[in-house]
Amino acid sequence: MTNNSSAVYVRHLRVVRGGRVVLPDLTCSVAAGQVTGLLGPSGGGKSTLIRAIVGVQRVCSGTVEVLGRPAGAAELRRRVGYVTQAPSVYGDLSVSENLRFFARVLGVSPGAAAGAIEHVDLTDHAGSLVGRLSSGQRSRVSLAVALLGSPDLLVLDEPTVGLDPVLRRDLWGLFHRLAAGGQTLLVSSHVMDEAHRCDRLLLLRNGELLAEGTPQALRERTQAADVESAFLAIVDGARQEAMS
Amino acid sequence: MTPRITGAVAGRVLAQLRRDHRTVGMLLAVPSLLLGLLWWMFDGSDSSAATFDRFGPPLLVVFPFIVMFLVTSVTTLRERASGTLERLLAMPMGKADLLLGYAIAFGAVGLAQSGLAVGLTVGLLDMDVRGPVWALMLVSVLNAVLGTALGLFVSAFAETEFQAVQFMPALVLPQLLLCGLFVPRDTLPDVLGAVSDVLPLSYAVDAMQQVQLSATWTADLTVDLAVIAGSALLALLFGAATLRRRTA
Repeated sequence: MTNNSSAVYVRHLRVVRGGRVVLPDLTCSVAAGQVTGLLGPSGGGKSTLIRAIVGVQRVCSGTVEVLGRPAGAAELRRRVGYVTQAPSVYGDLSVSENLRFFARVLGVSPGAAAGAIEHVDLTDHAGSLVGRLSSGQRSRVSLAVALLGSPDLLVLDEPTVGLDPVLRRDLWGLFHRLAAGGQTLLVSSHVMDEAHRCDRLLLLRNGELLAEGTPQALRERTQAADVESAFLAIVDGARQEAMS
Repeated sequence: MTPRITGAVAGRVLAQLRRDHRTVGMLLAVPSLLLGLLWWMFDGSDSSAATFDRFGPPLLVVFPFIVMFLVTSVTTLRERASGTLERLLAMPMGKADLLLGYAIAFGAVGLAQSGLAVGLTVGLLDMDVRGPVWALMLVSVLNAVLGTALGLFVSAFAETEFQAVQFMPALVLPQLLLCGLFVPRDTLPDVLGAVSDVLPLSYAVDAMQQVQLSATWTADLTVDLAVIAGSALLALLFGAATLRRRTA
């Protein structure tokens, strides 16, 4: 069933963390060249799925294929950009020092560092210490690092949390520009009203895939006005099925 | 291993340190101040010069060792906790790049630290050393690297900075007690003597005493240096084993 247009293919993935089954048996895919939203409530397994795709999560069983290779394969390390929920950058270095360091690690030009800073609209703060920036600015520095070297797949864990509406809109604009340039994006969020900004959605709750498809298809299927209502309709439907 | 990445890590660690003036000040000044204090303590006694000569050289290796151990374990712990370690390991970065980068950066700090301490004790305080001054420096820097390597290793077993600091009395003080500074190692009870034989600081202190007493290079000194360098390498290897790309 491997699909050529899928950048990520997850089959029967099972992950147990700290004695708790986070993902019992998950099968899903991420379409190449599109912005896929991974939506669902906190604690539903979004970050665990993301960690498995990036290859930093120990898994019990199942397979995760990324760009045609097993997740975590050495040659994927420069083809996959990853942004964790907490900004993983150095607070005691400036924005440009952070970017230049990671650029050297990845072996891309210092010019790419300046370009990445411009992408996330932090050029005015390039010389500021990251530790002195607001939390929204810090998470954009972390995003800029993931943009370095134009990876084929960008995996972003809650990149828009705590940002003001204007910045959120600008970032989603950036995500779509990157996708138009051929990059694949997987963006997680627990905020349902971000759903309409995605090309495709994966709805995850309690480690189970509730639904996948375009926002429009989900709304039509459930006859709901927005994705939040569609989400509720699907959860309620599943409950009724379980009870009957 | 890629020299470009190793260099990037070393440069970054030094850049972070440069921002932190207080830590740099402490790193460079504290060992020298403590040695100055030691000299002053014995200034009034009749055998002042002899006592300073006895304690000075061993302490020239002990202080950098302790300071580097502390600084490295806390810095690496921060890297693990902030998520930057996970990010780096998801990039094309070899574990050896990371560890050697740290070792090179802190080794350079160790060199500056020892340079100041040796300059002060030999130059100003007239510590009597028969061997060459560069040999003193070499032993001292190797020990700073050993402290760095051990700090990297224990940072894997600490979850907080409090815990990391507690490893200092647990791992360093027994070595200090048994290294021959307080009681010559050959007069220790058998069991303790055997324990002190496997502790790297014993060899560092012995190396310093060799340099102090002998104007020429001795075979014992070669053995001592090999043991210190070997211990540092072993600690780095153990440290590399604690860096996991996949975690639960």
